Amino acid sequence: MGNGTGIGRVRGLGSARHGAGHWLTHRYTSVSNLLLVLWLIFSLATMPGLDYESVRSWIANPLVAVPLMLMLVSVFWHLRLGMQVMLEDYVHDKGLNFFAILILNFYTIAGAAAGIFAIAKIAFEGAAS
Amino acid sequence: MARNRSRPLSPHLTIWKWGPHMAISILHRVTGNGLATAGVMGVIWWLMAAATGPEAYAAFIQCATSPVGYLVMIGISWFFFQHMMSGIRHWVLDMGAGYELHTNKTWSLVIPVLSTLATIALWATIFAGKI
Repeated sequence: MGNGTGIGRVRGLGSARHGAGHWLTHRYTSVSNLLLVLWLIFSLATMPGLDYESVRSWIANPLVAVPLMLMLVSVFWHLRLGMQVMLEDYVHDKGLNFFAILILNFYTIAGAAAGIFAIAKIAFEGAAS
Repeated sequence: MARNRSRPLSPHLTIWKWGPHMAISILHRVTGNGLATAGVMGVIWWLMAAATGPEAYAAFIQCATSPVGYLVMIGISWFFFQHMMSGIRHWVLDMGAGYELHTNKTWSLVIPVLSTLATIALWATIFAGKI
């Protein structure tokens, strides 16, 4: 596998020495996901209505907007780490694997940015409009 | 990775008898990737629609409250509870506990039941609130 040899390292084979950080961050974000997503589900299920005005005034509350943004950061970070492992396991072609992880990174950043922007827009505009 | 084809490969996948722990491990990946795509995109669509305006929000609600919309949302909620509970199982396994054959098998069988019950409880609450 080229784990120990110099030429193996040059060819990018073997450990990148990032595994433990990846693994731990996956666990940290699983804890924050558990808390924040359960909070979202509980809030949505107990809200009197999910119509436009109710949802906007709910999100406009800073005590909702901030945890909602944190939830998106946590969820997107967690899914990026998880999907990377999945792609590394199942996409064997090196070029295709590189491309797939590139797309995954674009997806993660774009998705999180869109969600956080939407929350910020509602929070700064206020419930009306 | 180039492999010397004259050397035998360890029969690591085909020799094992299927058990619930294997099913739940694969389900963890399936549900995780389902949430990472369909689940997350549903939430982003909801937020973007609410940020865009009443018409966009009405279009989202129309899709979400269609029969297919409800089916997708119920499916996503089961995916979430299943992934959450097998995730908690992974925490326990990460601590080095729960590997005894009987314990491992029991929890692998109990988790899908628990996640199904949680899904039923959630949607019963939602539909009861509507009526």
